[in-house]
Amino acid sequence: MKLNLKIWRQKSTAHTGAFVEYTLSHVSPDMSFLEMLDTLNEDLIKKGDDPIEFDNDCREGICGMCSLVINGVAHGSERNTATCQLHMRKFKDGDSITIEPFRARAFPVIKDLTVDRSAFDRIIQAGGYVSVNTGGAQDANCLPVPKDDAEKAMDAAACIGCGACVAACPNASSALFVAAKISHLALLPQGQVERRGRALAMVAQMDAEGFGNCSNIGECEAVCPKGISIENIARMKREYLKAALT
Amino acid sequence: MWVSAAKSKLDSKVPGGAIAEKWDQHRFESKLVNPANKRKFTVIVVGTGLAGASAAASLAELGYNVLSFCIQDSPRRAHSIAAQGGINAAKNYPNDGDSIQRLFYDTVKGGDFRAREANVYRLAQVSVNIIDQCVAQGVPFAREYGGLLDNRSFGGAQVSRTFYCRGQTGQQLLLGAYSALMRQVHLGQVKLFARREMLDVVLVDGKARGIVCRNLINGEIESHAAHAVLLCTGGYGNAYYLSTNAVNSNVTAAWRCHKKGAFFANPCYTQIHPTCIPVSGSHQSKLTLMSESLRNDGRVWVPKNKGDKRPPSHIPEDERDYYLERRYPSFGNLVPRDVASRNAKTVCDEGRGVGETGLSVYLDFANAVQRLGQPAIAEKYGNLFEMYQRITDQNPYVEPMRIYPAIHYTMGGLWVDYNLMSNIPGLHVLGEANFSDHGANRLGASALMQGLADGYFVIPYTLGHYLASTPLPAVNSDHEAFKASANAVREHLKKLLTVRGQKTVKEYHRALGAILWNDVGMARHKAGLEKAVESLRKLRADFWENVKVGGEANLLNKNLEYAGRVADYLELGELLTIDALHREESCGGHFREEHQTPEGEAKRNDEQFAYAAAWEFGGTGKAPVLHKEKLTFENVHLAQRSYK
Ligand SMILES: Cc1cc2nc3c(=O)[nH]c(=O)nc-3n(C[C@H](O)[C@H](O)[C@H](O)COP(=O)(O)OP(=O)(O)OC[C@H]3O[C@@H](n4cnc5c(N)ncnc54)[C@H](O)[C@@H]3O)c2cc1C
Repeated sequence: MKLNLKIWRQKSTAHTGAFVEYTLSHVSPDMSFLEMLDTLNEDLIKKGDDPIEFDNDCREGICGMCSLVINGVAHGSERNTATCQLHMRKFKDGDSITIEPFRARAFPVIKDLTVDRSAFDRIIQAGGYVSVNTGGAQDANCLPVPKDDAEKAMDAAACIGCGACVAACPNASSALFVAAKISHLALLPQGQVERRGRALAMVAQMDAEGFGNCSNIGECEAVCPKGISIENIARMKREYLKAALT
Repeated sequence: MWVSAAKSKLDSKVPGGAIAEKWDQHRFESKLVNPANKRKFTVIVVGTGLAGASAAASLAELGYNVLSFCIQDSPRRAHSIAAQGGINAAKNYPNDGDSIQRLFYDTVKGGDFRAREANVYRLAQVSVNIIDQCVAQGVPFAREYGGLLDNRSFGGAQVSRTFYCRGQTGQQLLLGAYSALMRQVHLGQVKLFARREMLDVVLVDGKARGIVCRNLINGEIESHAAHAVLLCTGGYGNAYYLSTNAVNSNVTAAWRCHKKGAFFANPCYTQIHPTCIPVSGSHQSKLTLMSESLRNDGRVWVPKNKGDKRPPSHIPEDERDYYLERRYPSFGNLVPRDVASRNAKTVCDEGRGVGETGLSVYLDFANAVQRLGQPAIAEKYGNLFEMYQRITDQNPYVEPMRIYPAIHYTMGGLWVDYNLMSNIPGLHVLGEANFSDHGANRLGASALMQGLADGYFVIPYTLGHYLASTPLPAVNSDHEAFKASANAVREHLKKLLTVRGQKTVKEYHRALGAILWNDVGMARHKAGLEKAVESLRKLRADFWENVKVGGEANLLNKNLEYAGRVADYLELGELLTIDALHREESCGGHFREEHQTPEGEAKRNDEQFAYAAAWEFGGTGKAPVLHKEKLTFENVHLAQRSYK
């Protein structure tokens, strides 16, 4: 296949960026999207040009390192799929593809398609944990958890922290990310002790990082590579209200 | 090609006494750091995978000041996140005969009697605490309807001792450790340095006192001083170019320590995982593992006849060869990885492989779907089936999966003693980066166990003893040793940027991978290994004359990072090959064609090779020096491994 690519290039946070166009031939339908970019980078390096910087690591859709807005959609238009798991067979010969970084005030561009998502770590630092030290735990089976609760908690815990929810939201809200963690712990007995403080602290940090408000648009759920449901956002709102009112 | 040390410098520090009491006794005899004094110590932890995150969090909880480093933009993205299948522990919840003794025995035997007994026993002992700890953190393990934890059996085990979170066990365990780490960052006990690559370890008076790393965003070379350094930097499987490892996985941190004097043990023990998605073309950048748990319900087969090109559904039952069930009736499809991989290679070499390339075998769920129904299979393996379909465009509910072995894990690593300390005082090595517990072959679901055992339950004790019993005068990063190291790092980066040759880093990496996969892969022989050493030397020389890196040193430059890693892999590749050449026996993941039983099984040579080979760096391109740590088996009877 032959593709026309329009890719965001930006030298550093301090520089302004712009789209640059490239054509790439010999794209195999079995390639992953990132392998397609690898191929372009090999060409650029050979020509003495700077390769395009994009974050990636596991290439199995689980580490959450890859990002990219592909033709206007975070992680591309294939549902429940991270960019690294998107394959070129979903495109046609002659297609034009626009590739941009995840854009949000709280995710400054570092270079080209690479952004800084450390705000997510700081939100977790604010309370996304159960405060237990190593060593003091009781026997694991002393704490039965109804299977259904465990399954729901797992659904929420599956979040990979990629930030697509933020990139897709017109308000650049990180509500889905934060809600996934709050839900995961609120659904389990282990999370009860710190339940209130956690919801308040994580939401406060989310606001402090400059993420926008959730206005129930639902784009986040649509692009989430792990299919995290916006039901979690409803749960977070309840958790927050309950905590704020008591 | 190598020289043997006149006298081995290794002291494993294994405590005396009966095996079941060693760890207790050792903890009792270890010195403690007074609670008020802990804050006077700074510990560097490189890596935030299961080993690094659990160690950093646990040490911070005790009151040490911890500096935590990782390559990714967040500690949560370490390669451990990708582990799918599960984690072992000798809980014996299913009441099916498990015990600490049995987990210990299985691990020593699974490792083909090339691991240190005392370490393995301790691993089995603390395995039970790991599950408790993870559950307390809120790790959502799979559960039964009664609310208790569910277990499954996993490659190579006859009991169900594997705990799991769907097909995302590594993710959930890592997020547990990461959340503990984040809590300590919040409390100010851990300082986080993400997007950093450690490029050197700094020794003062022969002790590890800090690191030099590159800030990957602005290229700055930073020096950090501490009282001890913990290396938790993962394995080196990516030396083979195509592997199931994340693309940023590397040997650089470990290799630079090796060049500073740390011994590298058993590099030739590499694990080739039997159930990976086959290679689809030359563009391929990595291989994807299909969790081994699939072998619990999937049946492996190829056509009985050579070159049978019919689609699988057209091949009648009696023309199929379920070769694992046939050859190993008691373990069947659940034989250990090395055995399953080698058998896949054998049937493909016989011309019975399937798929376009003939380099794959079927993993068939038809029987399981019939027996349990599609919903039950979907509940167990749904996400794996989806992943398979996404990558191959084929539906595994309808036609059998195609799988082929791929490099997956490395049992070798920096040599450590019972305290997880390398031969450089103060330099401790945890997780996949060390060589300690898996011998020549790792059993499924044991790496997560080992990483967390090292980090949560071993290092908090052994590091305390080191700090309490070693004079460590104040050192800061203005020390000459840091300046010298930082300069050397800058020189090395400059050298990479100024070759300005014609070939890309990836081209070298691919060439390196081809040599290692073909000659130092699933089956090895003397002539091939000798040829490989020659080819690797030529490739390395060519790299330094002809590589083209480009870009700048003071900006984000992934290609420059990559060049540094491949340069180190080229050197490691040679040591790995020499190690494979010197080991004139077959054991675990190391199969020498010259050494096999009449049935084609691995044949060890305990008389001559019951030792860990710890290599001392002899200089680039110079002969490495072999030190032997003799392995004695007092609790497990040395026997030929059999899974018949
Ligand atoms: C696909 C896959 C599935 C697996 N499934 C299972 C399973 O089901 N059960 C099981 O037991 N095992 C499994 N394993 C093996 C297991 O996941 C790993 O062995 C284990 O997670 C390694 O953990 P670690 O903490 O030692 O290192 P890693 O998780 O690899 O972490 C390495 C860390 O070091 C950092 N680092 C590396 N180099 C540097 C440097 N130079 N400077 C700074 N930081 C650096 C990285 O950023 C990272 O934070 C699997 C492995 C793979 C590849």
